[in-house]
Amino acid sequence: MTQQNRLINGGRIDRSEPLTFTYNGKKYKGYKGDTLASAMLANGIDVVARSFKYSRPRGIVAAGAEEPNAVLQLGATEATQVPNVRATQQELFNGLVSASTNGWPSVDTDVMGMVGKVGGNMMPPGFYYKTFMFPESLWSTYESVIRKAAGIGRAPKEHDPDTYDTINQHCDVMVVGAGPAGLVAALTAARGGARVIIADEQNEFGGSLLNGTEQLDGKPADEWVQTIVEELNTYDDVMLLPRSTVNGYHDHNYLTIHERRTDHLADKAPVNQVRQRMHRVRAKWVVLATGAHERPLVYSNNDVPGCMITGAVSAYINRYGVVPGNDLVVMTTNDYGYQAALDWSDAGRKVVAIVDTRDVATGDLIEEARKRGLNIIPGSAVIEVQGAKRVTGVSVADLNADGTKIVGSVTKLKADTVATSGGWSPVIHLSCHTGSRPVWDDTVVGFLPGPTLQKQLTAGGVNGQYETEIVLQEGLDAGQKALAEVGLAAVDVVLPTVKTLKITAPMSLFHIPHLKPTSQAPKQFVDYQTDVTAAGIEIACREGFEAIEHVKRYTAMGFGTDQGKLGNINGMAVAAKALNKTIPETGTTVFRPNYTPIAFGAIIGRNSGALFEPERYTAMHKWHVEQGALFEDVGQWKRPWYYPQGNETMQQTLNRECLAVRNKVGILDASTLGKIDIQGKDAREFLGRVYSNAWAKLAIGKCRYGLMCGEDGMVFDDGVTACLGENHFLMTTTSGGAAHVYEWLEIYHQTEWPELEVYFNTVTDHWSTATITGPNSRKLLEELTDFDVTNDNFRYMDWKQITVAGVPARVFRISFTGELSFEINVQANYGMPVWEKLIEAGEKHGLTPYGTETMHVLRAEKGFIITGQDTDGSVHPYDLGMGWCVSNQKPFSYIGKRGMNRSDCVRKNRKQMVGLKTKDPMKVIPEGSQAVLDPKAPMPVPMEGHISSSYWSESLGHSIAMGFIKDGLEKMGDTVYYPMADGTVIEAEICSPIFFDPKGERQNV
Amino acid sequence: MLHIYCPHCAEYRVETEFHAAGQAHIARPLDPEACSDQEWGEYLFFRKNPRGLHHELWVHAAGCRKFFNMTRDTQSYEIKEVYKVGEKPSVVDSPAQQKAMSMETVSEETVSGENMSGAQS
Repeated sequence: MTQQNRLINGGRIDRSEPLTFTYNGKKYKGYKGDTLASAMLANGIDVVARSFKYSRPRGIVAAGAEEPNAVLQLGATEATQVPNVRATQQELFNGLVSASTNGWPSVDTDVMGMVGKVGGNMMPPGFYYKTFMFPESLWSTYESVIRKAAGIGRAPKEHDPDTYDTINQHCDVMVVGAGPAGLVAALTAARGGARVIIADEQNEFGGSLLNGTEQLDGKPADEWVQTIVEELNTYDDVMLLPRSTVNGYHDHNYLTIHERRTDHLADKAPVNQVRQRMHRVRAKWVVLATGAHERPLVYSNNDVPGCMITGAVSAYINRYGVVPGNDLVVMTTNDYGYQAALDWSDAGRKVVAIVDTRDVATGDLIEEARKRGLNIIPGSAVIEVQGAKRVTGVSVADLNADGTKIVGSVTKLKADTVATSGGWSPVIHLSCHTGSRPVWDDTVVGFLPGPTLQKQLTAGGVNGQYETEIVLQEGLDAGQKALAEVGLAAVDVVLPTVKTLKITAPMSLFHIPHLKPTSQAPKQFVDYQTDVTAAGIEIACREGFEAIEHVKRYTAMGFGTDQGKLGNINGMAVAAKALNKTIPETGTTVFRPNYTPIAFGAIIGRNSGALFEPERYTAMHKWHVEQGALFEDVGQWKRPWYYPQGNETMQQTLNRECLAVRNKVGILDASTLGKIDIQGKDAREFLGRVYSNAWAKLAIGKCRYGLMCGEDGMVFDDGVTACLGENHFLMTTTSGGAAHVYEWLEIYHQTEWPELEVYFNTVTDHWSTATITGPNSRKLLEELTDFDVTNDNFRYMDWKQITVAGVPARVFRISFTGELSFEINVQANYGMPVWEKLIEAGEKHGLTPYGTETMHVLRAEKGFIITGQDTDGSVHPYDLGMGWCVSNQKPFSYIGKRGMNRSDCVRKNRKQMVGLKTKDPMKVIPEGSQAVLDPKAPMPVPMEGHISSSYWSESLGHSIAMGFIKDGLEKMGDTVYYPMADGTVIEAEICSPIFFDPKGERQNV
Repeated sequence: MLHIYCPHCAEYRVETEFHAAGQAHIARPLDPEACSDQEWGEYLFFRKNPRGLHHELWVHAAGCRKFFNMTRDTQSYEIKEVYKVGEKPSVVDSPAQQKAMSMETVSEETVSGENMSGAQS
């Protein structure tokens, strides 16, 4: 393929380095320095997309971040698919593979296009709301068809092979944008000794200077840019970030920068390089030098490929050596629009006409056009474009003075390109991100950054200043101001001399009238990406949507991935006209992060896969892995779930593990239990205030179980606390609740009872805990200690400081299984050797490792609760039948006491925890099942409660369950029913939740 | 991402080191048993939700683990001041606004006034 639109000379491309790329399966050539968009235009590719709603062919309109149409899918392989890439921002590389994202079967022959052509009025705004709402049951069918017809790129189905980074940065001055204003601001701050970061979304610094032919100090602008960049590179404290979009400006001068480090090199990042980086910057001061976006004008069929903005035409010619057509018509409301015609004629192609909406214009650029003999048509407008997949001609007509009506006859001109300029909209997006509302300015004919609480300065185009001389001065002023604000002295910076252009005032015009009323004229597009037309906005206003926010939501204006960068102001102007208001009266438009779409990879950085969330392992983790344990996540902990042997099913494993504990001895890694060391002379008093039961008389060497409630009286954690010394306790918490309990203790100590002398420290990771439980556990322990662990010397609920396997250990004789148990705590570093000694010595006693699932079954056989499973924040101790764990004798009104005496907590008919024994002993009721009293009752059936824990008990030979039943504690022996999803009903009898060893004799032996 | 000055560490740190712990100056009633259900319910559940100045309790959870108070504008996210538990805010709404606020919260008699008063029943 030849690059028919490529100029022989000029531009910032390297003609000695040709590149090949693929678009929709076809191969094309471009050059190094091209964007994908400039290479496509060089090859004469007109249609790059089908529009969202009407499926009309669309071409490239712009040359930067504001491009609404050329949003492509990139990627040579499934894993490297990237949706939502603006071709205007993607640098070309050899082997780049791209595809249009919508259009079926293809962008060139699209069946949906018929809707757009024939039935424009078939799809008014709110079309989807109005048409596809009813019947509701069909919505999912509609949706899939609509989505297929619309299409907007797709995510890869395979894992992204690339690596991404996030980096925290700090600086004195963050300069956003490296155009003339930003470069001077950064240079000034750098010379003053500030720590500076300057970021620009383009591959090279220079901004608008790279797109034009302007001279600075009598030399091409890029030479000046190079000098500045070279000087900036000499400072150690200045970071230059090209290809880096400042995507978000957050509170307290926190900015996020999306740097694309290798997207311009290949489909996949080179080895050992990250693809993208997210810089998270905290800046003392920020200089926004973000420039401005040109506004297209709104006229009939303004979306036909070949319709562009004038600045883009100049950029393609001057920067990329591409003339995007042969015969150009310019329509402009301002002097700057003339530049495109001048550049076009310099490129040796035909300027058909410059249509100026103003009656009189006398600026320097106009004089230059006159001098060249270009055909200027004043006081007129292009009211309509002819053509389908490319512009073939335009209709030009005289406008009245204020641009609201067509007067006189219509002339038709042949052309293949229409470049329009409705003026410039300052890029105020970032300044809006922190909640600052922009302010309309009649002189600028645009919104300017509004008042802000951020330490923010603005310079250049973002202030509505487009004359290079002023832009440079504003950059200097911002740089000096930033220096002063961060406490550094002003510096000397000599600005380059530039030619000052005489400029005529622009006309405030957005929407070009047609001979027909807007509603009947050929479509006049406002927002290309969401297919919003001027007529659509008028309808929205007529239907009562007056606030611009409502108009936007009804029409979807500005809701595309481009956030309406080109169309929003035009849309507001159309709405204002329809409502007979001014633009500021219709409201303001604000923008949210991100400025341009961003890859999820850049947001999460390295925190993916195994690093997505921290994992916590106990000291014995390696042993569990070697034994083939399966693991369960408990908070961030990985806990052994069960240890299958051979071909055992899970249930077979549980049965074996349970029987081993009941008949011989089992061993559990209980290291993950939260452990909080509590010291101080008021520690005991403090415990009495945060637990529901009494702590005043707990003797040294004793342990006690406690329930922790909220001020509402509801149980939220439980555990055993041991008295280590008169003023020293060790509290244990649930594995998942440790951090919460710790903060709970601190907040009460720090904010309510600071007069109590008590200190907390988290020691969870300091200890490893091996729990041996079962009738043989004492025999096993005796093998590894000289201490007398007989029942006479080491009682149930005692703890002893002894030596186990040669290691100092705190051994707690407490039981969560109902069996004789010892919890052996050693310093975490000794966890593994002690565990291995226990395993070795335990062999002849039938020692069997068991996991959390067997632990759950064993405790449920005993009716022991697990907070978070059997409690849900609506259960107080009495609901659990645990009134024995509440002391109302304590003088201090402990946390939970007042709460559990609220009228709702003491009423009848509360759900209470009971045991449930199924009539069919083999049936295990699914957890979560709802209880009813009469399974045949008409719907809605009153629900009596639910199952919270349910297991098969191999020891008992029947299923067991714990659950809640209204007034269940008074209904022992009653029958309740659990209807299943499959229509069957499980019948169960209410009983005590203590199924095994109801007298609790086994743990006391 | 807020930039928060921890009055205990005497340094600015990033928001992710902190947890917000709700409205500040919610004092636990000194005699809970003397509270009616309504008073207890108000202490437990009812909180201000102002647009504008708000006094909040924060904890430097991934730092010194100390709690402190913050006066923050909920609309602009501007942090007006931080101060230690037991201290009074120096940035407050005008008396009229304060009066409007106090109508929504627990009446004066049932609370100890300021937490950290050191008093104890």
